[in-house]
Amino acid sequence: MADWDPSKPILEIENLSISFFTRLREIPAVMDFSCTVMPGEAMGLVGESGCGKSTVALAVMRDLGKTGRITGGAIRFKGRDLTTMSEEELRKLRGSEIAMIYQEPMASLNPAMKIGAQLAEVPMIHQGMAKAQAWALARQIVADVRLPDPDRILQAYPHQLSGGQQQRIVIAMALMAKPALLILDEPTTALDVTVEAGIVDLVKDLGHKYGTSMLFISHNLGLVLDVCDRICVMYSGEAVETGNVAQVFTEMRHPYTQALFRSIPLPGADKNARPLVSIPGNFPLPHERPPGCNFGPRCDYFEKGRCDAHEIAMEPVPGTDRHATRCLKWDEIDWSAPPRAQKIREKAPMGKVVLKMEDLQKYYSVSTGAFGGGVTKVVKANETLSFEAHEGETLAIVGESGCGKSTFAKVLMGLETATAGSIMLFDENVQSTPIQKRGADTVSKVQMVFQNPFDTLNPSMTVGRQIIRALEIFGKGDSDADRKRMMLDLLDLVKLPRAFADRMPRQLSGGQKQRVGIARAFAGGAKVVVADEPVSALDVSVQAAVTDLLMDIQRENKTTLLFISHDLSIVRYLSDRVMVMYLGHVVEMGTTDQVFAPPYHPYTEALLSAVPIADPHVTRKRIVLEGDIPSAMNPPPGCPFQTRCRWKSHVPGGLCEREMPPVQKLAGGHQIKCHLSAEELASMEPVIKIAAE
Amino acid sequence: MLSFVLRRIGVMILTALVLTFLVFSLTNLPPNLEKLAKSEASARMTDDQVDSWLAGNGFGRPMLIRYGEWLGVAPGWVITAEDGTTRGRCLTQGLTVETAPRFCGLLQGNWGWSTVFKQPVDQVLGRSLGHTSWLMLWVMIVMVPTALILGVLSGMREGSRTDRVLSTFAIASTATPEYVSGVIFIALFASATAGISPLLAEMGWISGKTLFQGTATSAMDKITFWNFALPVLTIALYGIGYIARMTRASMTEVMTQQYIRTARLKGVSFRNVVMKHALRNALIAPFTVIMLQFPWLLNGVVIVETLFNYKGFGWTLVQAAGNNDIQLLLACSVVAVFVVLVTQLISDIGYVFLNPRIRLS
Repeated sequence: MADWDPSKPILEIENLSISFFTRLREIPAVMDFSCTVMPGEAMGLVGESGCGKSTVALAVMRDLGKTGRITGGAIRFKGRDLTTMSEEELRKLRGSEIAMIYQEPMASLNPAMKIGAQLAEVPMIHQGMAKAQAWALARQIVADVRLPDPDRILQAYPHQLSGGQQQRIVIAMALMAKPALLILDEPTTALDVTVEAGIVDLVKDLGHKYGTSMLFISHNLGLVLDVCDRICVMYSGEAVETGNVAQVFTEMRHPYTQALFRSIPLPGADKNARPLVSIPGNFPLPHERPPGCNFGPRCDYFEKGRCDAHEIAMEPVPGTDRHATRCLKWDEIDWSAPPRAQKIREKAPMGKVVLKMEDLQKYYSVSTGAFGGGVTKVVKANETLSFEAHEGETLAIVGESGCGKSTFAKVLMGLETATAGSIMLFDENVQSTPIQKRGADTVSKVQMVFQNPFDTLNPSMTVGRQIIRALEIFGKGDSDADRKRMMLDLLDLVKLPRAFADRMPRQLSGGQKQRVGIARAFAGGAKVVVADEPVSALDVSVQAAVTDLLMDIQRENKTTLLFISHDLSIVRYLSDRVMVMYLGHVVEMGTTDQVFAPPYHPYTEALLSAVPIADPHVTRKRIVLEGDIPSAMNPPPGCPFQTRCRWKSHVPGGLCEREMPPVQKLAGGHQIKCHLSAEELASMEPVIKIAAE
Repeated sequence: MLSFVLRRIGVMILTALVLTFLVFSLTNLPPNLEKLAKSEASARMTDDQVDSWLAGNGFGRPMLIRYGEWLGVAPGWVITAEDGTTRGRCLTQGLTVETAPRFCGLLQGNWGWSTVFKQPVDQVLGRSLGHTSWLMLWVMIVMVPTALILGVLSGMREGSRTDRVLSTFAIASTATPEYVSGVIFIALFASATAGISPLLAEMGWISGKTLFQGTATSAMDKITFWNFALPVLTIALYGIGYIARMTRASMTEVMTQQYIRTARLKGVSFRNVVMKHALRNALIAPFTVIMLQFPWLLNGVVIVETLFNYKGFGWTLVQAAGNNDIQLLLACSVVAVFVVLVTQLISDIGYVFLNPRIRLS
């Protein structure tokens, strides 16, 4: 590579087209895609699922599988064309010059091989390094990715590490040979926000330290703003807009980019006054793309006869830093115009208390040891959980994985019974009644919308049949005809065409499936609906639509919505009250405004600062939590959060390590479980500041 | 680990007790005993004579007590007949009531007397198990590596020509039962008039009349390639196909895993992807199947040993069953139960070592 000039682009993709070949037809996945990555630059590749961003990444690695083929264009890495390289040449490049970091760290590490061996393999292959030397290097890199106790980690198997640690190992593996280009395919999607913040910091630092260029693939615009210098927005196999990150975020020149930004909940969005704008219609299937502009059918500025006349090329925006857009009308559109007036909705009034939990506890006992036996330990999944939920209210439950939020939902639903405490549902005590013993009436009153719509519908039953089945179980309707009518009404309620009643779940998109899930939950006139991360598996443009639907139904039916989520942006947007959980404890509870503004619980503060926000006007304080969430099997003494708390030194006498903090009641029903004095709490600064425009 | 093994052994003993009692009660049903009396004493006995013969030989007592005696936890019977002679379960080889031990069952090492071979059961069983273990050893040596290699080769590139050819072979071989493949082998390789042996002999390529010997009787004294190849091949062939199919399924699944892609994109060569990354993960599932083959081999040998006239465990079992040799049959079932349970224990423990993620509990 001596003949490569460092002032030239490190990666140059030119008019790349990729197709997958099935028995039926050729499916074009990527068309006419171009992008350039300069040395030391981080390029963000953004788009919804199915837009071809991962395909581009795999094409750079030349790993498209048996069915995928590059049908045109060139990928030049340091001036050499990757598309014409032989297997052997590619092998030398992979892992040494170009390395990749994957979405699911657990799946991408070999489960039966020690971490050390997997790391040391890289320099042993590419530099012919001796084994001892390679292990020493591995130890050094493991320390570099800020993992504690590198010697123990090298000897461990992947399953013995936490998700965040596994991802650090995957990053370490990519850095073993000091590659010139790093491809990151949704590297933090499977991780918690606080862990994500740590990984993002690490990636940025390492990028600077080693001068590595990056191709960063993500659907999270906030993350791209954090990490990247340049961005390329993809839609349906094409790049639609590319440019400098700041420029694209503030002066977007493509309708799709604009629509994308309007559909994500940024600070300032409000479900009543300034609702999100979802993108109408559906993502086109690869073989059903419209003529002309792919985004045309969903575009507000669509002009018949012009936008669908012929293929549209990328056009540079003059006077900018390599900013280009694939839109014919970019200089005709008034980009600063506010979104179409949305109907402003009334804030629903809160009613009486429908659900009341008092000192709820849920313990599990598990045994340890490889061959069974060992010590039986108690997992304290929920500790002294107390709250009330009112009619028509949205209560968000927020926390990292393992904080006990799903256990709480299971106990409420009756899938598990509580160890202690009481759950009052409409004056009925249900804490120790498992779901089998609950009456159809109680069951239909408390329903759940699940996280993954792909797994929760029966694949061999039509949509209509599944909803009718729910109606039958809840004892609704007098005859089959009656239930059929109710089912069609439910489809109307979730804004699905009535024709969908005869479709199979596999014929539906993710958002449509989630609508069926919602219809099923509301079949029995549910009064309390537990929504367990209902939109986290969906694309951003669909998220807005499904969220709005839930809100609408809630307003009409005065439903109490318990919204379990780790996504604080959406929680801020739609919830009335927020409950923050950590290791089974409620650490903070209050109205949304109270929780999102100081004084915070130290954990809430860290959680807020970890969420990337896709708005360059917003500045936020960076607080990166050290270490992992402690195991619920072995919680720290005193305050559960004391091992990671940055305010611990402000509490005199090591109180945090000895005593469980009391619940402090602040003004307006705001509760914080913390030892910090009222003065200390009052001195906290807001994490998020919006600069004046 | 230790407590797990101890617990498993405890369960194993319990299972063995239940199973042997089942076999004991089935083989000791009244019609069976009547047949035994008639074959041991006289075929023309009247019903009363049969009853008194049975009573005089300790069979007249309750089933549970007799099971206890056989096991060695109840004192052996002693009966003084009307003519003054004293007979007892433990009174063998000139022992008197005073010198004989009170208990003489399985636990004391007394497995009983085989009525077919006119020998103590432990001698018969020891000899036949010795023969069978040689057969099993060679079958395993041939079967396991061949099957794994075939499975890995066809699984590493799913859908390739190698995969299709090897898969066809594997399916054909498991679809052929031993009594079919055994007969085909004998006709093809071990007949002086049919198959390829006459052709080879004519051309002078083999010195004897046949390529292989159609009977394995001589292998009981000295195992040679000539007399042992066909029985080993017959048993192994069925297992090869079966294990190869399992390995292939496991291998194809592993090859689509993300960590294989990670390895590939690290620049690991295809050879090393297979050898270092895929193999150990792919062997986890077939390991259990291979361990399951041991008890199954005991089954398979019944047919093959009879076919090739090799006097091993299977052949003995057939003899015992065919001739109402109750003691020998019971002993065979004890061995079979033991083999099944021990291989399952080994399989569970080995699984933990192969798969670091597994926790047994």
